[in-house]
Amino acid sequence: MSIKVYVPLDSGSVALGADDVASAIAAKAAKTGADIKIVRNGSFGMYWLEPMVEVETPRGRVAYGPVSTDDIDALFDADFLTGGAHKLFLGRTQEIPFLKSQSRLTFQRCGIIDPVSLDDYRANEGLSGLENALNMTDEEIVKAVTDSGLRGRGGAGFPTGIKWNTVREANGDQKYIVCNADEGDSGTFADRMIMEGEPFVLIEGMIIAGLATGATKGYVYTRSEYPTAIDVMNEAIEVARAAGVLGDNILGSGKSFDMEVRMGAGAYVCGEETSLLNSMEGKRGVVRAKPPLPALEGFLGRPTVVNNVISLCSVPVILEKGPEYYRDYGMGRSRGTIPIQIAGNVKHGGLYEVGFGLTLGEIVEQIGGGTASGRPVKAVQVGGPLGAYFPKELFDTPFDYEEFMKRDGLIGHAGVVVFDDTVDMMKQARFAMEFCAIESCGKCTPCRIGSVRGTEVVDKLERGEEPDLQIELLRDLCETMKFGSLCALGGFTPYPVLSALTHFPDDFKPRALDIAAE
Amino acid sequence: MSETTEDQNVRVAAICDQMAALEGPLLPILHEVQEEFGYIPDGALQTIAKKLNLSRAEVHGVASFYHDFREEKAGKHVIKICRAEACQAMGADALGDQIRRHLKVDWSQTTADHKITLEPVFCLGLCACAPAAMIDGKVVGRVSADRILEKVGS
Repeated sequence: MSIKVYVPLDSGSVALGADDVASAIAAKAAKTGADIKIVRNGSFGMYWLEPMVEVETPRGRVAYGPVSTDDIDALFDADFLTGGAHKLFLGRTQEIPFLKSQSRLTFQRCGIIDPVSLDDYRANEGLSGLENALNMTDEEIVKAVTDSGLRGRGGAGFPTGIKWNTVREANGDQKYIVCNADEGDSGTFADRMIMEGEPFVLIEGMIIAGLATGATKGYVYTRSEYPTAIDVMNEAIEVARAAGVLGDNILGSGKSFDMEVRMGAGAYVCGEETSLLNSMEGKRGVVRAKPPLPALEGFLGRPTVVNNVISLCSVPVILEKGPEYYRDYGMGRSRGTIPIQIAGNVKHGGLYEVGFGLTLGEIVEQIGGGTASGRPVKAVQVGGPLGAYFPKELFDTPFDYEEFMKRDGLIGHAGVVVFDDTVDMMKQARFAMEFCAIESCGKCTPCRIGSVRGTEVVDKLERGEEPDLQIELLRDLCETMKFGSLCALGGFTPYPVLSALTHFPDDFKPRALDIAAE
Repeated sequence: MSETTEDQNVRVAAICDQMAALEGPLLPILHEVQEEFGYIPDGALQTIAKKLNLSRAEVHGVASFYHDFREEKAGKHVIKICRAEACQAMGADALGDQIRRHLKVDWSQTTADHKITLEPVFCLGLCACAPAAMIDGKVVGRVSADRILEKVGS
C-alpha cells in the first residue's frame, strides 16, 4: 500500500513553497520507486513550521518542517517515509506542544483530512451534527445554538441563536443564509484556513442554519484575494451536492438546501454585513442604515442570516456534542472556543484555538514566543485595523469580549498583530485614518470626511504645528467618528488612533522639535 | 490584431446571458468580463446596462466602486504587495518603497514599458508569513524585494 505523505495546499503554506515541495517529493519518489500518495491537506496553522510535511507511519502521523526543496534528498536519505530521524523531524504531529495544548472544536479536522474528501470528513465524525439536526425541530436547533452561548465571531459578538430566531420567526417565502467570509482584517486568516482546510464544516453549519430558520439557499461571500479558498469551497460544494448532502433531499430527509460562492472585488467595507448584502445584489458596497435588520430585510429584501465563517463552523460541533459541551469552554459571557490568530512580528505565528480567557500576555509571550526579530514587544493590535493597540502594561487583559471592551479595545475576529519596539505609533495612527479614507464607502460624513481630516491632523502634528491643539482636535474628531458613523469602519477607526495616542504619548511628540533638540 | 467594438459587445452580451439567472448577477458579470478582456472595456458598461435593465451610470458606479475592476489593461505582470498592519510589522513599508524605487512607479501604476503593474493590497490572509505579496495570482510569504523582482524578471 502506498505511504501517505501530506503537504498542505493552504495559501500560507503555498506562499512559503509547499507546491514546490510537493512536486519535489513526487519527482524524487518516482525516481527512487517509492510508493507514495501525496495528499494536499489543510494547514494546522503553525506557520513557522510551514511547509510542514507529514508522513503516515505505523506509530501515527509524524511531521517534518519547515521543509524546503533543498531538504528533499536528505529527507529521502534519512528514510523519512518511515519516520526516520532528520534535523527537521518534529515528532508526532498531535504531540507538537503548540497543537497539543489547544482545544480544537471548530478546527478539529483542519489539517487532518483531505479537504475535499467527504469520506475523510465522515470518518472523522463529520455530518453527525447535521444528522442530529435533521431529527430536531427548528425551535430545538435554535435553542441548542442559543444555549451554547455562541456569539458572532466576526467581531460584533451578537448571540447567534437570537439572530437565527429572528429569521426563523420572520415571514417570507424565501429566506437566505449568507456566510460573511469577507475576511479583510489584517492579522486574521481563520476563515481562509478553514475554507481551505475543512470546507465541509462550513457547508454543514450553513445547512443546519437553513434547517433552523427555514432558509433553503445559502451564499458564501468571500474575497477575491482568497482564490484557493474559493476553489476548495467550490469543489467541496460539488462533492456535497453529488453525495446528496446539498440539494433537494438532504441526506434523504426530504429537506432542501443549496449554496454557492460569491466573490467580492477588493472592498474592505463589504465585510460590514449590510454593504456585503448590497454588493451581493450587484450594487456599490455602500452601508445600509439599520433598521430594517438584515434578519428581516436582508438579501433582496428577504429574511437573511448573515453569520461569520467561524460562527457557522462552530455550529456542527454544538449540534453533535450538545450545547453544554461547547459552553463549558470559555469565561464570563464569552463561551466556547476562539481561534486566535497570532501574526505580524512574532516567532510562532499561527492559529491557536482555545477557550476564551487566556491573557494577552500569555498569547503573545508564551504561545507566540515573543517577537520574530528578537526585540522587545512594544504594541499589540487586537481585532484588525479597527482594533486598539495594547501596550505591555495591558498584557493581563483576558481574551474575552467584555474584558477587552472595558479597556477600550475589541477582540474583533481575534487577530493579534505583534509589533516590536521599532514601530512608530504616530505612523500607525495615521495609517488607521488613511486606511479608513481609502476604504470608506462614502455614505456617512464622519467616516468619509473625518478620516481624511484625521490624516491631515496627524500630518500637522508630525510637522509640529500647534501640537496641543492637534491632539485636542484628533480626540474630538475621533469622538465624532465613533458616535456619528453608520458602521464599524468609521465608528471603530478611533480605536487604533486613540489607543496609540493614549498608551504611547511619546510617539506623538513633534518630530521637528526632536531634530532641533539633537 | 485588435478586435472591433462590435465583437467585444457580442462577447460581453454572451457573458451577461450566461450569468443572467444568478441572483444579483452584476458582480459575477464584471468579474467574468475582466477575466475575458483583462479590464472592463468602456463599451461593456452600456452592453451590461442594457442586458440587466440598468442605466449605464449605475453599472459605472458599481464598476468604479471596487478596487479590483480596471479601466485599462494591467502590465504583463501584476505585483500586489500587502500594506496592512501585520505585514507592516515585518517591514512591508520598506519593501514597498524599495519596489517603487526600483520600478520607478507609485502604487497602482504600470511601468513605462507596460511590463509590470504595482498594486497595494490590504491583507492576503498571510499575516503569519509576513511580509506577503501576490505575483500574477500566486502568493508568496516572507518575501524580499529581490525575490519579487526576480519573479517578474526585473
